[in-house]
Amino acid sequence: MHLTQGTFSYLPPLSDDEIAAQIRYALDRSWAVSIEYTDDPHPRNVYWEMWGLPMFDLKDPAAVLQELNRCRAEHGDCYIRINAYDRSKGRQTTALSFIVNRPLVEPGFRVERTEFADRQVKYTLHAYATDKPAGQRYGPAGS
Amino acid sequence: MPLIVDDDLAPERSRWASGVIPYKEMGYWQPDYQPKETDILCAFRITPQEGVEPEEAAAAVAGESSTATWTVVWTDRLTSYEDYQAKAFRVLPVPGTPNQYMAYIAYDLDLFEEGSIANLASSIIGNVFGFKALKALRLEDMRIPPHYAKTFQGPAHGIVMEREILNKFGRPLLGATTKPKLGLSARNYGRVVYEALRGGLDFVKDDENINSQPFMRWRDRFLYCMEAVTKAMAETGEIKGHYMNVTAADMESIYERADFAKQLGSVIIMIDLTVGFSALQSMARWARRNGVLLHLHRAGHATFTRQKTHGVSFRVLAKWCRLIGVDHLHAGTVVGKLEGDPNAIAGYYDTLRLNRVPANPVHGLLFDQDWASLPAVMPVASGGIHAAQMPELLHYLGEDVVLQFGGGTIGHPMGIAAGATANRVAVEAMIQARNEGRDVLREGPEILARAARWCPPLRQAIDLWKDISFNYASTDTPDVVATPSF
Repeated sequence: MHLTQGTFSYLPPLSDDEIAAQIRYALDRSWAVSIEYTDDPHPRNVYWEMWGLPMFDLKDPAAVLQELNRCRAEHGDCYIRINAYDRSKGRQTTALSFIVNRPLVEPGFRVERTEFADRQVKYTLHAYATDKPAGQRYGPAGS
Repeated sequence: MPLIVDDDLAPERSRWASGVIPYKEMGYWQPDYQPKETDILCAFRITPQEGVEPEEAAAAVAGESSTATWTVVWTDRLTSYEDYQAKAFRVLPVPGTPNQYMAYIAYDLDLFEEGSIANLASSIIGNVFGFKALKALRLEDMRIPPHYAKTFQGPAHGIVMEREILNKFGRPLLGATTKPKLGLSARNYGRVVYEALRGGLDFVKDDENINSQPFMRWRDRFLYCMEAVTKAMAETGEIKGHYMNVTAADMESIYERADFAKQLGSVIIMIDLTVGFSALQSMARWARRNGVLLHLHRAGHATFTRQKTHGVSFRVLAKWCRLIGVDHLHAGTVVGKLEGDPNAIAGYYDTLRLNRVPANPVHGLLFDQDWASLPAVMPVASGGIHAAQMPELLHYLGEDVVLQFGGGTIGHPMGIAAGATANRVAVEAMIQARNEGRDVLREGPEILARAARWCPPLRQAIDLWKDISFNYASTDTPDVVATPSF
């Protein structure tokens, strides 16, 4: 399967230049940019691991790309996303969030159905990847 | 009632003498009045009957929408009537339209029950709209002071919380209304929902008149739709929703349906405007208490919002809906099949989304409106729109909007999922290009054409629908009056 979370998951993978253009858009609006990664793709897994702190007061997208490449080197077998955060009053939320790295194989999800009275079903999404312990879910980077 | 008054013949008489005197002389016309910051201000478009002078007509509107009756009553003197009388304080001719005037009227805050749209509406659009001395009357705009706005709950969740709940940022949300709107069995209906969601839409929607008919009862629809929503979530790893329409004949049934949708795990429910203001406020409270988003379909609104001379402008209804506390409101597409002048729609979208909305007569906004941090309502654009229009939609409507492509998804020649994918690719390609600094409107068709090269569903959608447009003159357009704001 292809995880379609994020702003640009229906487009072909973004090149580094295209990623830099999106970061430029965020920095021009004084949004703080952060990098996060995870090996648990559940749509309600809100808290991906932070690759350092959000980068405030940056002027140059190159600094983010440099961090992204360091993150890729260490967690290339994970999902990695870039977030831009708008701290302005009334927003104070994520303004842009897109996936920039994904595992080679995405095993996807199973729907678990628990049937009970009156034809009702309790549904749970189960990510196959999380059957394995954290750190062993997608094999080594680049494998 | 002597709305026609010959001042030369009228003897000097006391304000309190029994009988009938002009509204103007009873205190409802006060051209020197300085509105208080706590006043509720209204702008009415008035069309007086022949021979009725505009100031008297404005005073009559102020009177009939506040304390007055048709004759002098001594019991007024038992009250602090100067406070309770609404005051018409300005009347301006509407440019280019003879015998129409914009009357500005101020209402004291104490005239209204806290947090009640029903009460506000009963005064301001109550008896006065049938008043014989006017040919027609339209409530064009309203300023709700923060003192009053803060007595309402406001949107159950609002745009920011909705995006955080859905985990979707930086682009318009995409939806579709299931078609045909009537007649599908619950099982077939769920198929449409599943295909559209797995193809890339975020939401699918019940239509306003889908409630619980013989061909599909509500409970069956909810069960099949949740199966569809969950399967699509598993295939995409994204949060998806179906607006379960809980509209029913009575509040007991509405609550029963809403509780069932919540129990099934739906992130969103839907209600129709036809249930009435108080039922909407009840459901907004329910939605906040239960953590479920509330979509409002404005079914019936055009019966009173569309004609320029009589009724209530949609911008006023939009303000009421923000106070009522819905999370979504249909607010026009500009380019689709339903009524919508671009300037008027810009005014509605600002009203729903901004915290401080500056007066802008070009957009029909006659007052500054400060929402005092009441959450924003997500506008919904629905009705005759398709993927090839994405440049215009993004240009006119921006990013915080749900774009709903019903026919534009389900009518796709390669199937519903392909139709959904075409829409999703189109919106992502346009957002990417916009963020890169491209001119969305001018370069849009070329940007979409490039994406269509690697995305056959988008190519087919553009080929099929690129020449479809609905170019009719709008009936409801702002008449620009260069008036200061208050």
